[in-house]
Amino acid sequence: MDQLALYFSYPFVRYALVVGVLIALCSSLLGVTLVLKRFSFIGDGLSHVAFGAMAIASVFNLSDQMLLVLPVTMLSAVLLLRTGQNAKIKGDAAVAMISVGALAIGYLLMNLFSTSTNLSGDVCSTLFGSTSILTLKQMDVWVCIVLSVVVVAVFVLFYNRIFSVTFDENFARAVGTKVNTYNLLIAIIIAVIIVLAMNLVGSLLISALVIFPALSAMRVFQRFLSVTICSAVLSVCCAASGILISIVQGTPVGSTIVAVNIVVFVVFAIIGKIGGRS
Amino acid sequence: MAELICENLVLGYENTILIEDLNFEVNKGDYLCIVGENGSGKSTLMRTLLHLQPPVKGRIAFGEGLSATQIGYLPQQTIVQRDFPASVWEIVLSGCQSRLGHRPFYSKEEKQLAEQNMKRLGISDLRKRCYRSLSGGQQQRVLLARALCATEKLLLLDEPVSGLDPKVTAEMYRLIAGLHKEGITVIMISHDIQAALQYATHILHIGQQVFFGKTNEYLDSPVGRQYLNMEGGRQN
Repeated sequence: MDQLALYFSYPFVRYALVVGVLIALCSSLLGVTLVLKRFSFIGDGLSHVAFGAMAIASVFNLSDQMLLVLPVTMLSAVLLLRTGQNAKIKGDAAVAMISVGALAIGYLLMNLFSTSTNLSGDVCSTLFGSTSILTLKQMDVWVCIVLSVVVVAVFVLFYNRIFSVTFDENFARAVGTKVNTYNLLIAIIIAVIIVLAMNLVGSLLISALVIFPALSAMRVFQRFLSVTICSAVLSVCCAASGILISIVQGTPVGSTIVAVNIVVFVVFAIIGKIGGRS
Repeated sequence: MAELICENLVLGYENTILIEDLNFEVNKGDYLCIVGENGSGKSTLMRTLLHLQPPVKGRIAFGEGLSATQIGYLPQQTIVQRDFPASVWEIVLSGCQSRLGHRPFYSKEEKQLAEQNMKRLGISDLRKRCYRSLSGGQQQRVLLARALCATEKLLLLDEPVSGLDPKVTAEMYRLIAGLHKEGITVIMISHDIQAALQYATHILHIGQQVFFGKTNEYLDSPVGRQYLNMEGGRQN
């Protein structure tokens, strides 16, 4: 306990905790929708795209990588969610294709043009989450807070529409709901969250933040509202405890958070089985 | 003026034309059954009526104060819905989504409407139950209640009894007939020609030959007799 109190006296620990919790909250909100729409892997695909974009940005020595990474990721998100309707290559195949394609190109570019001396270190930290969560500046924290507030506000305001579009797209469209607009909205939000979350858990592990809380909540709860709230709470708790454990034990932040999520999922699956999932 | 008029409608996908030159109209209080073999374009017709896909050619017009978004649609179940965590209440209430306008949340009136429609279909006590835990018949009632929240005038039902056992099927037909008596116009896609003949006021038969008219005229028409013989032969 004393050790924790000591850690908390450092601002970077507090920053990490705030940013981690906010990112976890945002990603879990949309997780329920993505899982139910059978788009669990979209987080994975998009984060690989973000990785590829980041590689390109560093090749061109852009000072602010976000300027390239965010638009590229958004564009891919829009394209991927659109394929749900009339594409020649269906949802899962499209995600898989873009995902591994971007990963390969990104790594290739980094290898060909990298100026860094520690290439594999760079790649590894982008893929599995870097220590950059512990080197956040105050500015980063504010950006993260503002974006999170926007994401949560949009989600709350459009909650009823998001439910309708998730449960029955055809019915929603038939009664005049602008389904495409809302799908676009979901795509853009998920892209923003993924770019934010890359610092926390890295490209490879982002899907875990998106799907685990939602899946755990679905084991136990039966209503859309309770599933959403429960998954948000779970996600925040898992992220907070994961970050604390990793600071105290010196384990990698991203994988620790995911490990905590897995444990929670197992616990909830058992509770769901015992509870009978009426 | 009819509630729904289809003129010279040509339906299909990119390069395949399924139905050509379809003309029919639906008046207030009609009960229209759309019958025909598999692949004849029944679902395409339904999707076009709902504006989920554009017609290749021709015109669909709505009259008598009915707009395209005031149709109560009962779709066939999708795979997503089978394990969807949502309560009956949440689903029925989502039928009011077209009434929201620019408001983010449902108003008291909309909640009352959902409440009334649940009572109307006898599912008030299922309110808090999870959709995926209900029986097939109960699930159809929930979706029908949702459709009623979206309309007071016209219901479009896509094979409402598929997958239900005979007893529940009969109940479902009685329920729909009851709604029809209350003055709601019904358009139904059906495989079940016997029930169609029993309940419908009009029949639209699509396929290689097209028929549109009153139910008793259908029985005397060559198309009708041929189809009934075929279907009858299959059932015996």
